[in-house]
Amino acid sequence: MAALADARLRLETVRLTALFDRVPVVKEVSLLFPAHTVTAIIGPSGCGKSTFLRCLNRMHELSAGGWATGRVRLDTVDIYGPGIDPVQVRRRIGMVFQRPAPFPTMSIYDNVAAGLRVNGTLTRADVDATVERALMQAALWDEVKDRLHTSAVQLSGGQQQRLCVARALAPAPEVLLLDEPTASLDPGGTQRIEELCQELKRRYTVVIVTHNLQQAARISDYTAFFYMGELVEVGRTDLMFTKPRVERTEAYLTGRFG
Amino acid sequence: MTGLVAALAGIAVLALLLILGNLVVKGASSIDWDFFVKTPVSPGQPGGGVANAIVGTIIMVGMACVIGLPVAIGAGLYLAEYGSGRLGWVVRFVADVMNGTPSIIIGIFAWTWLVRPMGHFSAIAGSVALAILMAPMIARTTEEMVRLVPHSLREAALALGYPRWRTSLRVVARTALPGIVTGALVGIARIAGETAPLLFTALGNLNLTTRLSQPMQSLSLQIYAYGESPFDEWHRLAWASALVLMTLVLVLSLVARWATRARHGGAR
Repeated sequence: MAALADARLRLETVRLTALFDRVPVVKEVSLLFPAHTVTAIIGPSGCGKSTFLRCLNRMHELSAGGWATGRVRLDTVDIYGPGIDPVQVRRRIGMVFQRPAPFPTMSIYDNVAAGLRVNGTLTRADVDATVERALMQAALWDEVKDRLHTSAVQLSGGQQQRLCVARALAPAPEVLLLDEPTASLDPGGTQRIEELCQELKRRYTVVIVTHNLQQAARISDYTAFFYMGELVEVGRTDLMFTKPRVERTEAYLTGRFG
Repeated sequence: MTGLVAALAGIAVLALLLILGNLVVKGASSIDWDFFVKTPVSPGQPGGGVANAIVGTIIMVGMACVIGLPVAIGAGLYLAEYGSGRLGWVVRFVADVMNGTPSIIIGIFAWTWLVRPMGHFSAIAGSVALAILMAPMIARTTEEMVRLVPHSLREAALALGYPRWRTSLRVVARTALPGIVTGALVGIARIAGETAPLLFTALGNLNLTTRLSQPMQSLSLQIYAYGESPFDEWHRLAWASALVLMTLVLVLSLVARWATRARHGGAR
């Protein structure tokens, strides 16, 4: 039984604590992210959910004063272990940020290919095929296939965000981290991204930080509720939204605080 | 209010137009083919040109760019990307002090450390003086331009598995490139017209030379020498040289503007 459970396990944190200088903003969080699921991380502003997400691909340590203790295991290997190159970790764990940030000097094609080129040795045809696949997975191919070599900043905000998803998917990561990916999008753009999450979990393990509770309820399989840097409750989304076990979770979900 | 601002802008443009107009009126008549291809003749004789000064300016400014631009842009990139520590503070402080240093002092510095040990004036000493003059200026504008690049682009590149140095070069510097180029151009235009740092270094030369170890003429030195002379013919050549110098700077700006825009819009 244990072996079967492990086979589905993709990402796991063990007593993960994230700090800015001496101030802990995430405290001893242990969480499992099974393969091919969407896990939503919710909580009021400043609860540490974004910082937690940034620990999962070692981005947190790039912030001024940022460091972390504890373990993050990707397929049982501790990505904070000795001899692990954070740059390699980030190639296996893709990330999409709150605001769309396409590289303004690059074309649509080059944006998607950016993560491939940094890895080096693909042939031209391989890059072409991978860019097309990534754009298709991000549901953007039909809209941009005739203008792949035009500037990426001419796209709409929603298209730019899907381009960022495609860019994160192109290097074929195993896990995709989404940090409030719809926060700056209109309802149409938000819907496209949400539909995308459902598609993406067939191939990837998805972790999404969101302020939008309905969004968490709509798209996630599991939900984790953070408060003041601590993990308060985690469980299946349908159960959590109907019968939260902890009173604080219920208070947050029903809008009594946060 | 709008009218006032427009009037003030008009005054600023007017100054430029007056200078340009004055140069054209007084200098254009002396500009002919000989002016560009011949070297100066003795006073009293008609004709002659400033080929030595034009070639000298191009060589010395070009050499100054070769020496100064990599240092300046590298330093600016360092200051913006990694310069939050003590070394960054020191570099920034030194650059600011050097920016405020009168250019003639830079000339004396180059004379002390290059001309005296070598035993003679040389184009290379002039180039070094110009490079020292331009480097802190361009380093600081580069820093400002690189700082303008949104942090989100850095994070996006790092999250894709770009190493830090590659993020700085491929994404951040590339995004800031039009600004860096503009800043570099302002610096180049500034040193192209400098006279003081060249007085004790390149010295000037009435003959056309391309040898870096020899004294070399520049347009600014030529203007200085001819402007001070008692000969009307030389005064006219000085005006014409000034017109050529300004045109060179203008052309340089236009070419670089065009080049950065073509690169930016092409997106490949």
